[in-house]
Amino acid sequence: MSNTTGGAQPSGQRAGRAQMRALVRSVGMLPVLIILGVLVQVGGIYLTGEGRFLTFQNLSIVAQQASVNAVLAAGMTFVILTGGIDLSVGSILAAAAMIGLIVSQGLGDLGIPAALLMGLLIGLGNGALIAFLRLPPFIVTLGSLTAVRGFARLLGNDTTVFNADLPFAFIGNGSLTIGPVSVSWLIVIAFLVILGSWLILRRTVLGVHIYAVGGNENAARLSGIKVWAVLLFVYGASGLLAGLGGVMQAARLYAANGLQLGQSYELDAIAAVILGGTSFVGGIGSIWGTLIGALIIAVLTNGLILLGVTDVWQYIIKGAVIIGAVALDRYRLRGSART
Amino acid sequence: MRRISKTFPGVRALSDVQLDIFAGEVHALMGENGAGKSTLMKILAGAYTPDAGAEITIDGRPAQIDGPLSAKAHGIAIIYQELALSPNLTVAENIYLGREPTRGGSIDRAGMIAGCADILTNLGATFGPRTLVGDLSIAEQQMVEVARAIHARSRILVMDEPTTALSSRETRKLFELIQRLKANGLAIIYISHRMAEVYELAERVSVLRDGGYVGTLTRDEIRPESIVRMMVGRDLSSFYKKDHRPGTHNQVVLQVEGIGDGGRVKRGSFVLHAGEVLGLAGLVGAGRTELARLLYGAEPHSSGTITLNGRAVNFRSPSEAIDAGLVYLTEDRKAQGLFLDMPVGENINLGVIGRDAKFAGWLDRARAKSRSLAAIKAMTIRVTGPEVPVGALSGGNQQKVLLSRLLETQPKVLILDEPTRGVDIGAKSEIYRIIDDLAKSGAAVLVISSELPEVVGIADRVVVMREGETVGEVGGDSGVPITEETIMAFATGVDMSKVAA
Repeated sequence: MSNTTGGAQPSGQRAGRAQMRALVRSVGMLPVLIILGVLVQVGGIYLTGEGRFLTFQNLSIVAQQASVNAVLAAGMTFVILTGGIDLSVGSILAAAAMIGLIVSQGLGDLGIPAALLMGLLIGLGNGALIAFLRLPPFIVTLGSLTAVRGFARLLGNDTTVFNADLPFAFIGNGSLTIGPVSVSWLIVIAFLVILGSWLILRRTVLGVHIYAVGGNENAARLSGIKVWAVLLFVYGASGLLAGLGGVMQAARLYAANGLQLGQSYELDAIAAVILGGTSFVGGIGSIWGTLIGALIIAVLTNGLILLGVTDVWQYIIKGAVIIGAVALDRYRLRGSART
Repeated sequence: MRRISKTFPGVRALSDVQLDIFAGEVHALMGENGAGKSTLMKILAGAYTPDAGAEITIDGRPAQIDGPLSAKAHGIAIIYQELALSPNLTVAENIYLGREPTRGGSIDRAGMIAGCADILTNLGATFGPRTLVGDLSIAEQQMVEVARAIHARSRILVMDEPTTALSSRETRKLFELIQRLKANGLAIIYISHRMAEVYELAERVSVLRDGGYVGTLTRDEIRPESIVRMMVGRDLSSFYKKDHRPGTHNQVVLQVEGIGDGGRVKRGSFVLHAGEVLGLAGLVGAGRTELARLLYGAEPHSSGTITLNGRAVNFRSPSEAIDAGLVYLTEDRKAQGLFLDMPVGENINLGVIGRDAKFAGWLDRARAKSRSLAAIKAMTIRVTGPEVPVGALSGGNQQKVLLSRLLETQPKVLILDEPTRGVDIGAKSEIYRIIDDLAKSGAAVLVISSELPEVVGIADRVVVMREGETVGEVGGDSGVPITEETIMAFATGVDMSKVAA
């Protein structure tokens, strides 16, 4: 062969390092989750005399608490992978739950598609503004965070909507029982969403295009990717999943309040994505990381309550964890920016 | 400046260059793209530090320039092509930027305005110190830069291609300004590709070539043809490949007529035949890349027609162009081409995963894998496997990855923009082989290149662009031989007959 530089030896080493980095990135936060669980368990034994964290009952509560956030965070993962952000998911969740309950009062199960459709339409609205008018995602979704919140309140004339005979209440309170194992429907749904997201991201053309748009939008356009379609999809998916979160929330509570439901859920969802190792500038990340991120947040919340930490300190500690995660994100990016 | 050398990792950008500038003269600095003009000026400006042994003497005293601030302190001011002004500030604020006068701790705005009003009037400015720079035309903004240089009591003013963005009337005004500055005793280093300007303005001309100093001509020695010879004159390397039969008489695949975008591209026309390698030459800023992007649908064009395989086309996006069999290799593979964090395999397959996909966009991963393995082998990409991120590869291998992404779509027309930029010699010759093979297989290839030996070495015909227009053609039926001199003559606008003589 010819005398080309950059032969097999150095590029092999570089490849090895790159694979190592990818491995660190994908499992990155799993040890944190495990350490956190152990800390909560040991702390519980030390402080209260009994380890209530590692019981089947408590763990399934943790998983249930993580489920809605995991669904929102899955949508957020799509968005952040393209280098965007969706601040409106909490408000969309509220609006979708309102619609779902209102429709269910007369039309029963049709409340579910109504809520999903509401979420999808608002998400597509965000996506259209971002894809076609080239407005910054932060500003568009900051606007809809406020506007959709107002819309959610408008839907119930600013009151709480109840439906004691909610036909799909089993979603929030029932369990799927196969043989001896019984798993809450909330957990099943969240897991299916994560699995579906993984299939889209890793097994479809669309998934590759999402990573490509986040990795290098200019190159994506020049290589023939319809960037607008990708953006429309990710914001539509985020809205749809927020609508699903609304169904789950409404089913659990038999009620929805446009003012309170889903307040600041977007922040938990973003925190889960970032904790999961997805880069804030896009192009790098995985849905499994997001799942771990959502579990970390749930374990943290649950553990702090079990340890008897006051509400005020829970906020402070959770905030510190999020900042720590962003610091970690920067540290990782510095590792890959070298190439 | 004496014995100026500058070595970048792997490249010796300047070696033993010298330059003498007198007060009150306009000294033109000329050379091909990449000859080292900008590097030399950046050393003068303190942006680069020269290698050990360099001597810079100003007014007979040795000067140590180790940063932009010390360059300023020595009275050196540079006006780059990309103007360095803050459009949101006023003229006065820009002139005083970094040296704002204060009175009792707060900014002395009145003093700033009074301090630069005189300079602006002397320069013949029609705007006042309170005008927002963003509201000024490019020519007026240049004047602000000049005013800033004068205000800082600069003695040496470097102007890098100042007329590129100017209309001919604005150019005239700039020349009058330069004459006035010269009369005031400033030394002006004037970098330009345009022979006519140099001929009109310069007392002396220094020429650089391949990072070396070729010579200096005084006013009575300046002849366009001698400058062109000094700028090119080097032996042709023999590693270019042109084995395919020139396709100049084959069927026309792409015909472009008078295309323009109302900006950098004014009127571009050429025909491209099947099995032909057509060179598109011109100086940096002539509008070659912009023209290519118009053809590819990356930017909309406002005039002219494009005919592909006998059908009029007007691509609104690159994906339409790719579907029609026209692909474009960007000149900036890192910013515009590759996804550095993504694996080699995905980078190669990106253009075809949609075509290969099964039901509902489901990836055909086996097909993708066999495609990337085949491409890695055919293009001799040096990588351990398709799962390695492309960012870990060398420049030449990255370029081959990008090239194979285009080839996977089986294009009929390829526009390759600087296909060998930033790649090593070995990969270069392999890319030439690939281009030659493409032409043999009947593809039509348009190669945009700033490296003249490369264009001469691989092209069947060369179309030359100058200032947004295709101004001439060499090779083929034109009867003009393809040489660096003939291309350069068109590119700079020198009379052909003089060069031939």
